[in-house]
Amino acid sequence: MELICPAGTPAAYREAVEAGADAVYCGFRNDTNARNFPGLNFTTEEMGTAIAHGRARGVQTFVALNTFMRAGEEEVWYRAADDAVALGADALILADMALMDYVATTYPDQRLHVSVQASAANADAVNFLVDTFAAKRLVLPRVLTVAEIAALARQVDCELEVFAFGGLCVMAEGRCSLSSYITGQSPNMNGVCSPASHVRYREEGHDMVSELGGFTINRFGADEPAGYPTLCKGRFLIAEEDAYAFEDPVSLDVMDHLEALRAAGVSALKIEGRQRGKAYVAEVVSRLRKALSAPPAERPAQLAQLRRLSEGQRTTSGAYEKKWR
Amino acid sequence: MQLPRPLAASINCLPLPLVQRAVALVFRQVLARHPGLFDRLGPYANRRFRFDPTDLGFSFVVYPAGPDITVYRAGKAPPASATVSGPLVTLLALLEGQIDGDAVFFSRSLSVSGDMEAMLALRNGLDDCGFDLPRDLSGLAGPFAPPLQRLAEAIRARALAGMV
Repeated sequence: MELICPAGTPAAYREAVEAGADAVYCGFRNDTNARNFPGLNFTTEEMGTAIAHGRARGVQTFVALNTFMRAGEEEVWYRAADDAVALGADALILADMALMDYVATTYPDQRLHVSVQASAANADAVNFLVDTFAAKRLVLPRVLTVAEIAALARQVDCELEVFAFGGLCVMAEGRCSLSSYITGQSPNMNGVCSPASHVRYREEGHDMVSELGGFTINRFGADEPAGYPTLCKGRFLIAEEDAYAFEDPVSLDVMDHLEALRAAGVSALKIEGRQRGKAYVAEVVSRLRKALSAPPAERPAQLAQLRRLSEGQRTTSGAYEKKWR
Repeated sequence: MQLPRPLAASINCLPLPLVQRAVALVFRQVLARHPGLFDRLGPYANRRFRFDPTDLGFSFVVYPAGPDITVYRAGKAPPASATVSGPLVTLLALLEGQIDGDAVFFSRSLSVSGDMEAMLALRNGLDDCGFDLPRDLSGLAGPFAPPLQRLAEAIRARALAGMV
């Protein structure tokens, strides 16, 4: 299985390559990708340099153009696709079917991957995208069990990529409206979930309070590990109980299921985290690279250290071994 | 890792103008080595960023659009657009991109407040710029640069051991 690694900056890109990535995915500095954070991402020139750097070392570059085009402003996305193709991207990761159509029609030889943001999680949806746009690979939403992934793999004619480690979206990706409900901006349309412009933190005694769009969404006690300020990881008062309604602050780690994922026919493992620093990228990529070739018994030792880098300093296998359905 | 108390106490005794002069010298040296340091900040370059080391009696306010840096006694710094506070070693490690900002935040080793958009832009810019303080600053030591760099690298390795 290939190891697909994140990079939010040229420095992180170089770290990912050095640490053993088979491919690195990254995006331009605008709202054409779902990690449109301040100071993050690549200019056209930086993207060209990164692609050349990877290619010289046998590492592929996938360019994420995985937001949905805004009516009347399609040119921004078309131009980003044109640039990525001209720069020699090994694949474009797309979510919007209109953009898939543009790329498939204009650049029929360009390898096209379907983003997790397309939310294609059943054989009908996947086969439609493969048949219509000649998609070669599909990144699966984090809502399926390993058994469901195996069943899906038997019914589709494309490569499957699954998230193996990192931030955990628990919603129907590409369809989640929680961020836009509070802030008016979403990863789907603007490339940002819980945009930093709407986030504030304040200290209250030993507690840290996180606010999103003026609403208090969490309060972390002294020394309690914190999480991202997203509504899906917020704490709510439900039936007079103060609890997480959707998901705790926790990251995904399915490296315990490597053999099952391999047997299921998964082609590639994806590490989430383009918003993370280069130190995170270097550490996670190198440990997962070692874990991929290590005997199962030795993997926990490789991966235990990664928990301290994770949201809430905890990890879960999430839906991959769903016990709560 | 906290700064050893005797060391912190010694630094805290220094006159403010002297600390200001030394810090400004270091700031200029770093900018000379990394002229694109603030490029990723874009419109956030005209914000003021305050760094409050919790184990030192000084605060540092950086104004990228200047560019300049001003040192204050702890508790005397004016409000800034965004503030980050934590142990000095953690702040320096973040400056160098040796540790991941999100991971440090999750661990509650540092706290942030103010304009998070500006703070995120600064964090990402610093992470990309390739700071290496022992290398970047050893040039100030003239002929003593190589041994000073080796010493600084050894201290850094020890300080970073076991950090997030």
